[in-house]
Amino acid sequence: MGVRDWLGWPLFRQLGAGDPYGRGAAAKSSTSEHLTPRTQTAQKVVKSVCPYCAVGCGQNVYVSDDKVTQVEGDPDSPVSRGRLCPKGAASLQLTTGSARMHQVLHRRPNSTEWETLDLDTAMDMIADRVIATRRQGWQWEQNGVRTRRTMGIASLGGATLDNEENYLIKKLFTALGAVQIENQARV
Amino acid sequence: MAECHPVGFQWVMEAKARGATLIHVDPRFTRTSALADIHVPLRVGSDIAFIGGIINHVLQNEKYFREYLVTYTNAPTVLTEDYADTEDLDGVFSGLDPESRIYDFHTWQYEGTEVQAASGKRDKEYSDRVQGSSGVRQAGRGEAHGSGGAEVTAQITNDETLEHPRCVFQVLKRHYARYTPEVIEEICGVPQETFLRVCELLTSNSGRDRTSAFVYSVGWTQHTVGVQYIRSAAILQSLLGNIGRPGGGVLALRGHASIQGSTDIPTLFNLLPGYIPMPHAHSNEDLDAFITAEATRKGYWAEMRAYMVSLLKAWWGSAATPETDFCFDYLPRLTGSHSTYETVQSQLDGECKGYFLMGENPAVGSANAKMQRLGMANLDWLVVRDFSLTESATWWKDGPEIATGELHTEDIGTEVFFLPAAAHTEKDGSFTNTQRLLQWHHQAVEPAGDARSDLWFTYHLGRRIRHKLAGSIDERDFPILDLTWDYPTKGEIDEPEAESVLAEINGWGADGNPLTNYEQLNADGSTVCGCWIYCGVYTDGVNQAARRKPQVQQNWVATEWGWAWPANRRILYNRASADPEGNPWSERKALIWWDAEKAQWSGHDIPDYDKSKSPHYRPPDGAQGAEALSGLDPFIMQADGKAWLFVPAGLTDGPLPTHYEPQDSPVSNLLYTQQRNPVRQIQPHPNNRYQPSGEDPGTEVYPYVLTSYRLTEHHTAGGMSRWLPYLSELQPELFCEVSPELAAERNLEHLGWATVVTARGAIEARLLVTERMTPMTIQGRRTHHVGIPYHWGPNGYSTGDSFNDLSSISLDPNSHIQEVKALSCDIRPGRRPVGADRARLVHEYQQRAGITERTGTEV
Repeated sequence: MGVRDWLGWPLFRQLGAGDPYGRGAAAKSSTSEHLTPRTQTAQKVVKSVCPYCAVGCGQNVYVSDDKVTQVEGDPDSPVSRGRLCPKGAASLQLTTGSARMHQVLHRRPNSTEWETLDLDTAMDMIADRVIATRRQGWQWEQNGVRTRRTMGIASLGGATLDNEENYLIKKLFTALGAVQIENQARV
Repeated sequence: MAECHPVGFQWVMEAKARGATLIHVDPRFTRTSALADIHVPLRVGSDIAFIGGIINHVLQNEKYFREYLVTYTNAPTVLTEDYADTEDLDGVFSGLDPESRIYDFHTWQYEGTEVQAASGKRDKEYSDRVQGSSGVRQAGRGEAHGSGGAEVTAQITNDETLEHPRCVFQVLKRHYARYTPEVIEEICGVPQETFLRVCELLTSNSGRDRTSAFVYSVGWTQHTVGVQYIRSAAILQSLLGNIGRPGGGVLALRGHASIQGSTDIPTLFNLLPGYIPMPHAHSNEDLDAFITAEATRKGYWAEMRAYMVSLLKAWWGSAATPETDFCFDYLPRLTGSHSTYETVQSQLDGECKGYFLMGENPAVGSANAKMQRLGMANLDWLVVRDFSLTESATWWKDGPEIATGELHTEDIGTEVFFLPAAAHTEKDGSFTNTQRLLQWHHQAVEPAGDARSDLWFTYHLGRRIRHKLAGSIDERDFPILDLTWDYPTKGEIDEPEAESVLAEINGWGADGNPLTNYEQLNADGSTVCGCWIYCGVYTDGVNQAARRKPQVQQNWVATEWGWAWPANRRILYNRASADPEGNPWSERKALIWWDAEKAQWSGHDIPDYDKSKSPHYRPPDGAQGAEALSGLDPFIMQADGKAWLFVPAGLTDGPLPTHYEPQDSPVSNLLYTQQRNPVRQIQPHPNNRYQPSGEDPGTEVYPYVLTSYRLTEHHTAGGMSRWLPYLSELQPELFCEVSPELAAERNLEHLGWATVVTARGAIEARLLVTERMTPMTIQGRRTHHVGIPYHWGPNGYSTGDSFNDLSSISLDPNSHIQEVKALSCDIRPGRRPVGADRARLVHEYQQRAGITERTGTEV
């Protein structure tokens, strides 16, 4: 090892470059010097909102090759001024993590295991069940007073969903005659 | 707030840096306490007493904002002679029927008149208000009851000197007189010195030049008296003149991205979009009868017919005509409460057989999780839509009841569908945040595999059902066949256009052009609007929720970022930010003001008021609706235009907050013989037993106060956090917090295991022995808290027992929200038993405490 190599050591670089604590240029290696953040090379930045609590922090979603590559706080937001909490900062893992399921599963009555099911078939089966259960639980009246409803079907959830989704859920289920439509706002 | 809404908390810190004083009232010392000027630990379940004590201090020491109080609140209004207070009846109000556990609210009304509530249980007055109604008495709570009585439209009697013995102000004074600092110390465990310091800081920071804000979360709502907690703060803030003004308010910090939106556009049983009540079942009910019963005569709720007809037009389009009564009869009717907890009972009873779970995990997150799972085990079918296999998707295979042998997988007939959900980055849509701000999130990528948005799921489910029922001549299918359900779709997966749904929510006029304001809505069917309070979000055909003018380019109110309902107003009731003459109460607290030259309201925010209504406007005789609001009525949704210190209608459990002990409490109610809220909602069931309280024998078996909470690193029932390695690493497992004093009393070892037992269940958790938990002396007895976060369940990367296996179904009778913030329990060292022994331990405790099906069910 020659003197030139020795001089390349971080300590010498720090002292030589007037950066004794190694907080500036001396800390850079040639590898790190050529790194660029994913956010800089992203093909597009999509404006979004954090999906966790109701503060509503702004998010910038970075996309390359039709994949989300990073989620950062949006500095433009008057709500959050670019900040995210630990949950919001984990949004990339929430949306792209390996724990997410992408396959419909079905458990038959009394079965001990899941089976996979085609989405189209599942939708059709669910529609059939809604129609049948709705009829089974139908009540034209109760104690002689008109109710025009079904007590057979209930739904729970909505606080994590979009307004437009809640609107369609309420609209469809009410038209079906269901009244037991609820979400976390109750809980 | 620093724990659960950390990014929102930056504004509190900003205020603190400018000299604001931060008071944190919480049984635990948290990240918020660490940054507060004062931390006030109090016993959970005692906040009505604590706030009541401050109200008493304000009244006794004349610290209220008199001009605001006299002009903008109902303090001067005289009540009927029939009203009897908890002072007169030892802890209950007039009108209680102990048999049915229902209050007749009639004695709570104003003298000589009758007003309708702007929210809450409006149907209570149905039989009074609808001529010819048979006054059918319904099974449920908050229902029509009491006998007829013609509507009275006399004037409200006010005494602006506030001296009349039956005026609200004097009633309030008498009601709160017993909430003295000495009593507060005994109930809340807060030393008098600390209490008085809080009073002093709050009152000296309220008035013309200064305002104070209250911030709360589910720590206040999840009680059998939760609504009255919030009411306490509303009374105090109204007395101090802190409503409708910058830096004031009673602010709810909500925990889900669109939990506000899912209340506004409610996936809730008792509401239609925009807080229009769902109709209850009555004889011969039609649209006219419904509106007569539910609308107010004065204020914007007088226009309920316009909102309702526009909604019916949005849903049933050309079928909704004057001839068809705008399809009012297509709406299913309520008979009492149909909240998620009644649904569980209905599942256990075999009535409710099909269940959709959309991004919610009741097997962990709802009270008495065991009842939730047993309910699901009795279904024909269950559809779970989520990111991962939550406990609500897998209980039939690996839930706690499988381990204890109470359920056997092969015996469970429930068919389960798991459908993977799309994430917020994979769909367009809007969230409504906690300050009523709608913000649009744009789709970044397509969802992979079978993952789909709930918009896709609901739209295509509806499409298939409509297709299958097409041509049906069965009358019950007409609402589904006549439904407007023709949203444009896009892309390979036929995703519905979220913006077209937003356009329907916003509504359009006869010319088909988007509306800009709810004042444009008509009652004749010429306008369409899916949610009247959201009218204007699609003004000019532009998605206002997607507006993103950077914060540095606009003023501090930032009205060009997103869109807030109603009409993009950022502070509600902001007419109250100006004095009766229309001038700001002070320069420092100016928000909007009357510009006499232009003859209009102007200022930093958009007026939550008729822009051209002068402060000197007085309504002509017989005026109705918005026209009946005077220039001195800032509370434009209220039937009298005033902030309600006293609530004459709309609440089921009393016109004023009163301290009651929680359903399960080791402490006796010091204030009255009445231990608990007499009309709280309970659901006795072998798996939902209640515990002895106060001086009852057996209370000592569950001697400690138990509370639940959230952590920064996890989210609600864990569906969006326990499957994430980052977050799971930060908070890897369940723990429970106890003080060193309690640890010594029960031989609990830091980092060791403890078992916590209630009459519902037994769970185990690692121990965190910490001085963050403050032991208190309550009525001479040392009182300890056990604190447990509620995020956990057995699935995911970060696992643990569920807090909700300890909680009971006992509910606030107004909101039907469960009491999971104040319970009682026992704690012992070591892990819990497994298998059948776990259930045995719970049973053994029940026996020792002498618990029967009647325990805790007293009125």
